Amino acid sequence: MTVALPRRKALAAGGLLVAFSCRRARAAARLPGDLQKSPLLDSWLRIGPDGRVTVFTGKAELGQGIATALIQVAAEELDLRPTDITLVTADTARTPDEGFTAGSHSMQDSGTAILNAAAQARALLVRQAAAQLGEDSANLVTRDGAVVAPDGRRLGYGALAAGLSLDVEASAASPLKPPGRFTVIGHSLPRVDLPAKLAGGAAYVQDMRLPGMLHARVARGPSPGTRLRAPDLRGAGAMPGVVRLVRAGEFLAVVATGEWQAVAALRALTASGWEADGTAAGGTAAAAPIDDAAGLPGLPARDLVILDRAGPAPADGARQFSARYTRPWLMHGAIGPSCAVAWFRDGEMTVWTHSQGVYPLRAAIAKLLRLPAARVRCIQVEGAGCYGQNGADDAAADAAVVAQAMPGRPIRMQWMREQEHGWEPLGPGMLGAVRAALGPDGRIVSWEYEVWSNTHSRRPGGPGVLLAGQEMDPPFPAPAPRPIPMPEGGGDRNAIPIYTLPRARCTYHFIPAMPHRISALRSLGAHLNVFAIESFMDELARAAGSDPVTFRLAHLDDARARDAVTLAAARFGWSARRRGADRGFGFAFARYKNLGAYCAIAMEIEVARETGALHLLRVVAAVDSGQAVNPDGIRNQIEGGIVQATSWTLQEQVGFAAGRRTSFDWSAYPILRFADTPGRVDVHVIDRPGAPFLGTGEAAQGPTSAAIGNALADALGRRVRDLPISPARVREAASV
Amino acid sequence: MRQSADFGTTPSNDASLVCGRRGRRQIRVFESALRGATLLVVAAFAACAAAAGPRPGATAAAAGFPPDEIADGAGLAAIGGCAGCHTRSDGAPLAGGAPVRTPFGTVYGSNITPDRATGIGAWSLADFARAMRTGVAPGGRHLYPAFPYDHFTRVDDADIAAIYAFLMTRRPVARATPAPRMDFPFGFRPLIAVWNALYLDDARFQPVPGRSAEWNRGAYLVEGLGHCGDCHTPSNLLGAERSGRPLAGAVLDGWYAPPLTAASPAPRPWTADTLATYLRTGLDAQHQAAAGPMGGVVHDFGAARPSDLHAIAVYLATTMAASAGAPRADRGAAANRGRPEATALFAGACAGCHDAGAPMMQQGRPSLALGSPLHEATARDAIAVVLFGVSPPAGPAGPFMPGFAASLSDAQVAELVDYIHARFGGGAAWRDLPALVRQVRKEGSGG
Amino acid sequence: MISLSVNGRTHAVAADPATPLLYVLRNDLGLNGAKFGCGLGQCGACTVMVDGAAVFSCLTPIAVLPGRRIRTIEGLGTAAAPGPVQAAFLAEQAAQCGYCTAGMVMRAQALLEREPGADEARIRAHMQPNLCRCGTQLRILRAVRRAGRAMTGGRRASL
Ligand code: FES
Ligand code: FES
Repeated sequence: MTVALPRRKALAAGGLLVAFSCRRARAAARLPGDLQKSPLLDSWLRIGPDGRVTVFTGKAELGQGIATALIQVAAEELDLRPTDITLVTADTARTPDEGFTAGSHSMQDSGTAILNAAAQARALLVRQAAAQLGEDSANLVTRDGAVVAPDGRRLGYGALAAGLSLDVEASAASPLKPPGRFTVIGHSLPRVDLPAKLAGGAAYVQDMRLPGMLHARVARGPSPGTRLRAPDLRGAGAMPGVVRLVRAGEFLAVVATGEWQAVAALRALTASGWEADGTAAGGTAAAAPIDDAAGLPGLPARDLVILDRAGPAPADGARQFSARYTRPWLMHGAIGPSCAVAWFRDGEMTVWTHSQGVYPLRAAIAKLLRLPAARVRCIQVEGAGCYGQNGADDAAADAAVVAQAMPGRPIRMQWMREQEHGWEPLGPGMLGAVRAALGPDGRIVSWEYEVWSNTHSRRPGGPGVLLAGQEMDPPFPAPAPRPIPMPEGGGDRNAIPIYTLPRARCTYHFIPAMPHRISALRSLGAHLNVFAIESFMDELARAAGSDPVTFRLAHLDDARARDAVTLAAARFGWSARRRGADRGFGFAFARYKNLGAYCAIAMEIEVARETGALHLLRVVAAVDSGQAVNPDGIRNQIEGGIVQATSWTLQEQVGFAAGRRTSFDWSAYPILRFADTPGRVDVHVIDRPGAPFLGTGEAAQGPTSAAIGNALADALGRRVRDLPISPARVREAASV
Repeated sequence: MRQSADFGTTPSNDASLVCGRRGRRQIRVFESALRGATLLVVAAFAACAAAAGPRPGATAAAAGFPPDEIADGAGLAAIGGCAGCHTRSDGAPLAGGAPVRTPFGTVYGSNITPDRATGIGAWSLADFARAMRTGVAPGGRHLYPAFPYDHFTRVDDADIAAIYAFLMTRRPVARATPAPRMDFPFGFRPLIAVWNALYLDDARFQPVPGRSAEWNRGAYLVEGLGHCGDCHTPSNLLGAERSGRPLAGAVLDGWYAPPLTAASPAPRPWTADTLATYLRTGLDAQHQAAAGPMGGVVHDFGAARPSDLHAIAVYLATTMAASAGAPRADRGAAANRGRPEATALFAGACAGCHDAGAPMMQQGRPSLALGSPLHEATARDAIAVVLFGVSPPAGPAGPFMPGFAASLSDAQVAELVDYIHARFGGGAAWRDLPALVRQVRKEGSGG
Repeated sequence: MISLSVNGRTHAVAADPATPLLYVLRNDLGLNGAKFGCGLGQCGACTVMVDGAAVFSCLTPIAVLPGRRIRTIEGLGTAAAPGPVQAAFLAEQAAQCGYCTAGMVMRAQALLEREPGADEARIRAHMQPNLCRCGTQLRILRAVRRAGRAMTGGRRASL
């Protein structure tokens, strides 16, 4: 099923793949994970004279617990206590360039690199100790940060490191511990960052306070395609605490000594109202405004056939079925609006940002500010969870523009709630259409899938995709949107079913013209594609008179996929389920990208036909992420993914009026609250010791939505194929 | 989906919150009943005998209703707001049990699902119609007048049958309705018969000739099933609506239901279209967001037929036709003078949404100057909104405001309300605000 | 100068009386716990306790606070010695990004101080104003129940 395409450097332009040189990859054996991109061991870890180890990752902690998992990986292979490890996350001056923290790649790329770098460093430490102790390496063991000889002599890593250089290229093979000896990996180490976060420690970029720091707010119209109408610059500039208004082209920001003063001045600027600015909301010229994903097939598209398996044509007795599924534009909806701190000193710009990609951001900001990239440093500091590209990069650029205008003063730029809602790049609307035929034996004999969507990533994109870049005079040009190629895919991610289908064809109708400002949102196109495929599998199972789990297994050859499906069904008690009145059971499964984690979900829901309220009573998930580094971390990701996808599925839809975004706060774009949180979620982790790490963070999104839709169809006998499955749509499906 | 939210405002347990139309009527009836208690006790027995006796009817099968009739019934049940009283916040729809606490005891909305033992599954259409119009259940038991049967007398047979069809096709839920826990003498049901004898007018709606069919449909729904007068018509000493002053505005349960007559305080006249929008979505950009008990009403209206809501709007637009006015400008400078504390309060607590530069104002939500509360003779609604906020009334998205009961003292709320009135409102300055704030806080939090 | 009692200490603050408490806590007093999420009373990221009740600090001007007792997460305990609600959140690992977490802890604290035995439905209704986008609600509910048990047990033990 996997389509082996050569990766090209150009893929990186799509944003989610790690860029590396194809030529070099061919020239030598491929190094594990991102060692391939940064092969020097000391770019990954350094050993201090005190024996403490600093580990460097180019990935960012986004609340997914990556810091804890990476520390575990290093601690395991170094035989060191996790508390003796300091982790440095993405910083263009200190850490390897690992592209973006996206696509559930962190464990695969960075985790694998650190695992191997640590194992190789340990081997070097042992070799060094062997020389110093006059022992054979084979007789030495490592324990608690020291190399120990059979006679009990020990040399601490700190002492050994003094005579050891890690400025060496990694080799392709590492002396990895056998998984049976793991003591840290596979255990649920408590998150290293939580104690401080729970006690009010400074943990986020929002919490930074630098000497002489000023507070800035950027002033814009309410959403893309608008601008402020005649803002009262003089009045705002004269308000208490206001230090300066910074203008550059259409860019306007207010800077004040106090944060509340900056907010008050911003309100004075916005008071005179806004107007359409004549630009296209999506950054590329779109024809007529499209507010509903059902309209996507009306836009000009480039048709990419991503799967064409010519099997025998369905026989005469085959029954044909078809259905269409849509998803609206969705928001990332970070709880903390985007924020950045920028400081321009001695011609050097430093930006603290919660961007998912500090290196690409540095390149964009350098161009925006017309500085050499070497004079710009971007340091990742946590923000609120982002789930893709939200306003982080835009806010970083906003801060940098202001800081450049006010050299010497650190500038803290924070967006307001309505700016995050109004301007963040959205997850694109999508439409998927399936046609399939069932043979007389109840098996699928042919399958055809088409998906219509914009690109799902505008990264890296340079200054032209950043709001500040678009507001300069002249504006930086926005690059043409491009699809992310398979096998990862963008709008077509997971569009190819994992099931065994004798005859199948999948087409991605890539739509270059973008009606709305969009970029990567957790799981990209996999959300709608899995919703469509897994809903339709259910419809076919029903038509075939087969149990949905049995039907899936009958078309599933991948052994690990079968394990996940079987385990979820078993732990749920699927075969013994008995449906109560207005209750329904739903099942769904996907392997994320057909490359990442496997995730199967079973659930029971209850529907109130009169109100359309749909409540998840009980959810059971089974997930296979390869070698499980931190099982509770995996559970947390899957649980959170299920809850977030429940919110997407039941409630979320960005509002538009004639192409203009109208969702501006949590009242206009509500998300799930406690009352609607599922009653219970149990996640079972399938551990695969020694198997490669598989990204987990996005694996639950599609299966959750599909399982909800399937459970509703089970309860009502009628299906809702358009997301969100809102109370009004449920009422309609229930037809009272 | 929607549950009572404890947005930092309501000290009471959410299950006891009075929402929608439920309870307001209850309190009113019992307050006046207290005043008339002596008279009623004396008259009780005689009236009881005269009013009702067991009258068994044939039981209908739960199946066999035409889908169109069921759908009609669903829309009508939404207009009637049945779910409001007959559904617990965490319970199955229409299975009853919603508690209504009053100073005189607690009653519970009954189970009106077709469960034979605990619901109305054994009721015939005739039984149902009799209960709807006379408040007498099969077996002769009197329903408390919290159930607005005095309005439902107006409802025609076809609509009663449609509602019956809708209810009889719900999922039967076996759940006994808790017995009311009334203080003496209010637990004595025959008292109700007296009230009925005095005030129940068992007459169907008569169309007004010369008016459009839509107008008449609206009038029919307003007077009957919608029981708008239940909140909006002032009551007499015994809790019955004063027939001479329909929809003239009434004070209940902390809130003021404004007049739906020429005396409407709306600074911009309501039109049929703006009112229809308001009833359908809980918000009209030219006026205001629905708050308090009206929030529950428009939430119920979400399942009503838009054409019925429009008919209601057409009718009410004529009852309010003479009302007129113009919203006044924001008088910030004048309001600020002499009110430094309130100025700061407004700037820190309210301006983020209600000042000109606020995102909400930039997105076309109505200004404070457009809403009725600041143009009413009483400050009740303004106070109640500040204390208890506004929950999204209709659909998943909708206007929302947090309450300030926990963060502001009575005196601070009074200052703030005075300031907002001076800045955005109309009419004479409000008096005795601190005492009124205390009272509204007490009534609105179930105390 | 406005005098504020925060976590048992009195601070004289030189800020405009209209300033919402959130900004004073973060920028004048250097307390990071309360977060800016919306400034509209819609998300609860800024939740602190005032006289025992959970309030949105983003909508509470300091003008109304003299004489009142303000508590923030910094007043409940430290990383080394967490209070019972903080400890329960740690035990349940009830966070992902953690941006919402301090507000969640403060709202839960306000409930459990009055009703340590609050049941699931009561907890859900009480926590309704606070949003978590990472989807940690189930862990938070477990943590609040765990903290409630600890607080009831503690009370019994001290009797
Ligand atoms: S920041 Fe205060 S409620 Fe959102
Ligand atoms: S943990 Fe990220 S918002 Fe709650």
